[in-house]
Amino acid sequence: MSFSPLSRRGFLKGSAAVAGAATLPNLGYADGHSPLTVGFVYVGPKDDFGYNQAHAEGAAAVKAMEGVVVVEEENVAETIDVQKSMESMINFDDAKLLFPTSFGYFDPHVLAVAPKNPDVRFQHAAGLWTEGMPSNVGSYFGYIGMGQYLNGITAGHATQTKKIGFVAAKPIPQVLLNINSFLLGARQVDPEITCQVIFTGEWSLAVKEAEATNALADAGCDVITCHVDGPKVVMETAAGRDCFVCGYHANQAPLAPEKYLTGAEWNWAGIYTSMVQTVLDGGTIDNFVRGGLADGFIKMSPLGPAVSDASRAQFEATKAEIMAGGFAAIKGPLKDNTGNVIAADGEGFAEDDIALESMNYLVEGVIGSTS
Amino acid sequence: MDTDLGYWIIPLAIIGGAIRVSTPFLFVSLGEALTERSGRINLGLEGTLVFGAMSGYAVAYLTGSPWLGVLAAALCGALFGLVHGVICSLPRVNDIAIGIAMMILGMGLAFYFGKPFVQPVAPDLPAISFGWWSDIPQVRAALEVNVLFLIGAGLAVLLWWMLRATRVGLTLRVVGDSTDAARAMGLRPALIRTCATAVGGAFAGVGGAYLSLYYPGSWNEGISSGQGLMAVALVIFARWNPLACFGAALLFGGAGALGPVLQSVGVSEGYYLFFAAPYVLTLGVLIATSSPKRAMTGAPGELSITK
Amino acid sequence: MTLSVSENMTPTRSAFGWAALARRAEAVVIPIAALLAGFAVFSLFLMLQGKSPAEFFALVYRAGFGTAFSWENTLSRAAPLLLAALCVALPARLGLVVIGGEGAIVLGGVGAGFAGVLLLGAPAALALPVMVVAAIAIGALWIGAVGALRHYRGVNETIASLLMAYIAIALMNHLVEGPLRDPASLNKPSTAPLDEAFRLGTIPGWDVHWGLAFGVIACVAAWVLIDKTTWGFAARIAGGNVRAAQVQGLPVGKLIVGFTALGGAFAGLAGFFEVAAVHGSANASLASGYGYTGILIAFLARHNPLAIIPVAILLAGFEASSGLVQRRMDLPDATVLVLQGFVFMAILMSETLYGRFKIFAPERWRTA
Repeated sequence: MSFSPLSRRGFLKGSAAVAGAATLPNLGYADGHSPLTVGFVYVGPKDDFGYNQAHAEGAAAVKAMEGVVVVEEENVAETIDVQKSMESMINFDDAKLLFPTSFGYFDPHVLAVAPKNPDVRFQHAAGLWTEGMPSNVGSYFGYIGMGQYLNGITAGHATQTKKIGFVAAKPIPQVLLNINSFLLGARQVDPEITCQVIFTGEWSLAVKEAEATNALADAGCDVITCHVDGPKVVMETAAGRDCFVCGYHANQAPLAPEKYLTGAEWNWAGIYTSMVQTVLDGGTIDNFVRGGLADGFIKMSPLGPAVSDASRAQFEATKAEIMAGGFAAIKGPLKDNTGNVIAADGEGFAEDDIALESMNYLVEGVIGSTS
Repeated sequence: MDTDLGYWIIPLAIIGGAIRVSTPFLFVSLGEALTERSGRINLGLEGTLVFGAMSGYAVAYLTGSPWLGVLAAALCGALFGLVHGVICSLPRVNDIAIGIAMMILGMGLAFYFGKPFVQPVAPDLPAISFGWWSDIPQVRAALEVNVLFLIGAGLAVLLWWMLRATRVGLTLRVVGDSTDAARAMGLRPALIRTCATAVGGAFAGVGGAYLSLYYPGSWNEGISSGQGLMAVALVIFARWNPLACFGAALLFGGAGALGPVLQSVGVSEGYYLFFAAPYVLTLGVLIATSSPKRAMTGAPGELSITK
Repeated sequence: MTLSVSENMTPTRSAFGWAALARRAEAVVIPIAALLAGFAVFSLFLMLQGKSPAEFFALVYRAGFGTAFSWENTLSRAAPLLLAALCVALPARLGLVVIGGEGAIVLGGVGAGFAGVLLLGAPAALALPVMVVAAIAIGALWIGAVGALRHYRGVNETIASLLMAYIAIALMNHLVEGPLRDPASLNKPSTAPLDEAFRLGTIPGWDVHWGLAFGVIACVAAWVLIDKTTWGFAARIAGGNVRAAQVQGLPVGKLIVGFTALGGAFAGLAGFFEVAAVHGSANASLASGYGYTGILIAFLARHNPLAIIPVAILLAGFEASSGLVQRRMDLPDATVLVLQGFVFMAILMSETLYGRFKIFAPERWRTA
C-alpha cells in the first residue's frame, strides 16, 4: 500500500502535535500549515432521517476535529456525476481523504477515479474491497443486520398478529440480510411469527413507501420496519395505522414516540473520527474494515415505552451475547423460503462471515421473493 | 384471525389507494384542465406542486394550522401560474418551454427554501372516517377520507358544470378555441388565459400541500415522484373534461396500489412490472379510445400541444 | 438560442457587409443579453440571501469553465444531454412534443449491456457495433412507436411518450434486477460487467468519454438532415401544416415515424455510451434524468440541432459548478437549479424581442 507521501507528512504532523499542538492552534497536516481536507459525498439530502443523515452526522463529528477541513456534497447521482464530484473535491479543495457514501458509488465510479489519483484515499461505505483493487481504496461497513435482529426481538414481543412487516428498497444482500435478521430475531420470541416484505424498487420514493406500509398494515402486520434511505414516511405512516415501528439508519423515535420500539442505528461519528485520526497520524487505514455493536459501528436506539419487561430482558441478554462476538443470527437448521437448505443443524454464519455479504435468499417465514 | 381478509384486500387496497393517492393528481389535472381550456399549456405544474408542498408544510409548521398551509400553497401556486400566464402573453413566447423552465425554477426554489423544514413535524390535515359502519380495521383505514379529496371531487363536478353551463365557462372555451373569435366578441384572450393559468397554479399548489400535509405527510426533496408532470398528461387523457379528470386520477391512484398489495398477498415476482400498472393501463385506455379519423375531441383549438 | 457556432456554418446568402452582419447578430446578441439579464435577476436573489453574486459567478466560472478539469467535467456531463436533446428536437420539427426520451435512453442502455454480455469474448470490432445497433434499434423502436401511435391511431405523442418512459424504466429495473442480473453484482444490481475490450475509453488527451464526440457529430448530422435535405424540408412543411403537406403528397406518416424513430435512435445511443463509457454494465443509474434535461435543452435551442451544442454545454457547466458552490458558499445544492430557472426563463422570454430592434433589420435602416 503506497501511502508514503501521506505517511511522511502525517508523521511530521503527528510528532509536531506531540511537541505542542495545544500552543499552536492552527498547526496543520501536510506541510505544517494546511489542514487535511476530507470530502463526503451523499446520494440524497443530508437530512433524510436516514442513511445520508447518519453519514452526515459522522461528518459533523469529523468537522469538529482539529487540523481537518470537511467538504460535503449532497444529492450526487451514481453516474459520471459522482466521479466528477470527487475529482472536483480533489482538484479544487485538495481533498486527500474521500468518503463516497452510497452503495452504488463503488463499482465502477470509485474504482475508476482512484487509480487516477493515487495520493488520495477513497473510503467507501459497504463496498467489498478485494485483493487486486486499487490500494488507495478502502471499504468499511457495519454488521447492522445484528441491529435488525435485536429490532426483531422487540417486534416478536410486541406483535399480536404474529405477523411483522418490512418495507424494503431493493433485493440486494444488505437488505436481504436485514429482512432475514429481523424475522429470525422475532422468531427467537415465537417461531410461528412470519414477516411480510414489500419491495418498493427505489431507495427513496415517498408515496410508494407509504403505500407499501399501508399494504403491510392491511395484510395484518402490526410491527413494521424498513430499509429505505429515509425511513421517515414509513415510520409516520405505520404509527398512523396503529402499528409498532422499529427504526433504521438513525433514531426515528421523535417521529412516533409511543410506537417506537427501538432502532438499528449507524454510529459513524466514532468510526469516521478514528479513520481521519489514523490519516492525521500518518497511519494507513485497512482496505477492508468491518465492525458491529461491540466495535461501535452500530448502536441501538433507546428502548421505547411500549417495550415490555420480558422484551427488554431478552433484548439486553441477546445484545450482550452479540457484544461478546461471533454471534450468528443465520444458523442451522435453516431453510430459505423456497425450501433450499441454508445451514444444516450446528452450522452458522457469524456476524463477520463474509458469505453474508453476498446473501441472495429470504429465509423460511419471510413472505416475499428476491426478484 | 378475523383481520385476515385474504384476497379481499386487493380490491380494498385499490379503493384505499385510489382515495389516498389520487388527490394530488386530481387537483393538478383540474387546474391544468382549466388552463388548457383557455388555450395555454402549463407544463411547469410539477414545480408548482413541489413548491406548494414546501410552502404548505412550512406555513403549517410555523402557524400550527394545516389549513393556513393549504392557503399558502394555493397562493404560491397562483403566483407561479400568474408569472407563467404573464410571460406567455408576450408574443412568440412558447408556453411549453416556459413551463419546463418554471418546473426547474419551482423545484429549485422549493428545495432552496425548504431545507429548514425537512426535520420539523407539521400538523396534518384532518380526515373523515367513512368506515364507522365496519368492524374491519382494513375497511376503516381504507375509508379514512381526507377533506381535500372531497373538496377535489366537488370541484370536479363544479368545474364540469361551470364549463358547460355558465358564462365564465363559455368565455373560457371561446378563448381556448379561437383567439380571433374571442377578440371579435370583445374578450381579452391574454388576460383570460393568464387568469386561468393562475387558478390552475393555485390548484396545483393545493395538490402539493396534500402531499406534504396528509399523504405521505412530510416534506422532503423526494416528496413528489413526478405527480405534477403526470397529472398534466392525464388532462389530455381525460379530454379536458373535469369529471374525466376525476376518473383518471382515481384510476391512477387505484392502479398504483396494485404493486404493493400484490406483494402482500404473495404475488411477489416481477413487482416492477406491477408498479408500472398505472402507466400501462392509462396507455392502453388511451390507445383504445383514440382514433386517427377524428381529432382529439374536446381539444381546445388554440392548444399548442394538440395542434 | 442560436449562438455563433451556427452562424459560422450557415451558408452565405449574400455578400458580407454590415447589413448581413446585423441580421445575424440578432440571434447572438439577444440570447446573450437575456443570459446576462437572468444572471442579474439571480444576483438579486443571492443578495437578498446576503450572499455575494460576485463570489458565486466566480465559482461557477472556475468550476464550470475555468480550468482544464472544469472543461472535462462540463463536457462529460454535456455528452448524454446532446443526444437526449436531439430526441426532442427532431420530432419537434414535425410539431410533435416528445417528452419521453428517458425511456429510449434506459432501454437502449439495457440493449447495449445485454448485447455486450452475449458477445463476451468476441472481438471488440464485432461486439461494439452490435451493441451500438442494439441500442439504436431499441431506442428507435420505442420512440418510433410513439410516432406511429400518433399517426396511425391519433394518440397524443406527449402523453404516450411520458407514459412509455415510465414503462421503460420499470422494464429496465425488472430486467437488471431480474432475468438479466449478474448474481455477482451485489449492492448494485446490474447486468454482467462488459468485457474490458468493450469499454470505451476517453478522447485522447482529455478525460472526456467518446460520447461527447458522437454527440457533436450527431447534432451536426441532424442539422444537415433538417437544413440541407429534402426530407428535412418536407418535415418542416409537415410540421407547419399537416393538411397542406398531405395535399402536396408528402408522406406525412413516414416522416413522423422516421423522425421520431431517429430521435429515439439518438437517445438509445446515449444509453449505449452510458453503459460502454461510464457504467460498464446496465443498471438502474441509466435512469438519471438526462431525457428530461434534454427537453429543456431542445426548447432553449429552439430545436436547432447546432444550437443544442452550446446550450447543453452551458447547462452542463452550471451543473458542474454545483459542487464547488455548495462547498465554498454553504449554499444548498438547489442553488444551481434556481440559477437555471431564472436564466432559462430569461432566454425563453427574449424570444419576444426578435424583430423589435431596428439595428438588426437593415431593410428598416433607411426608413428611420
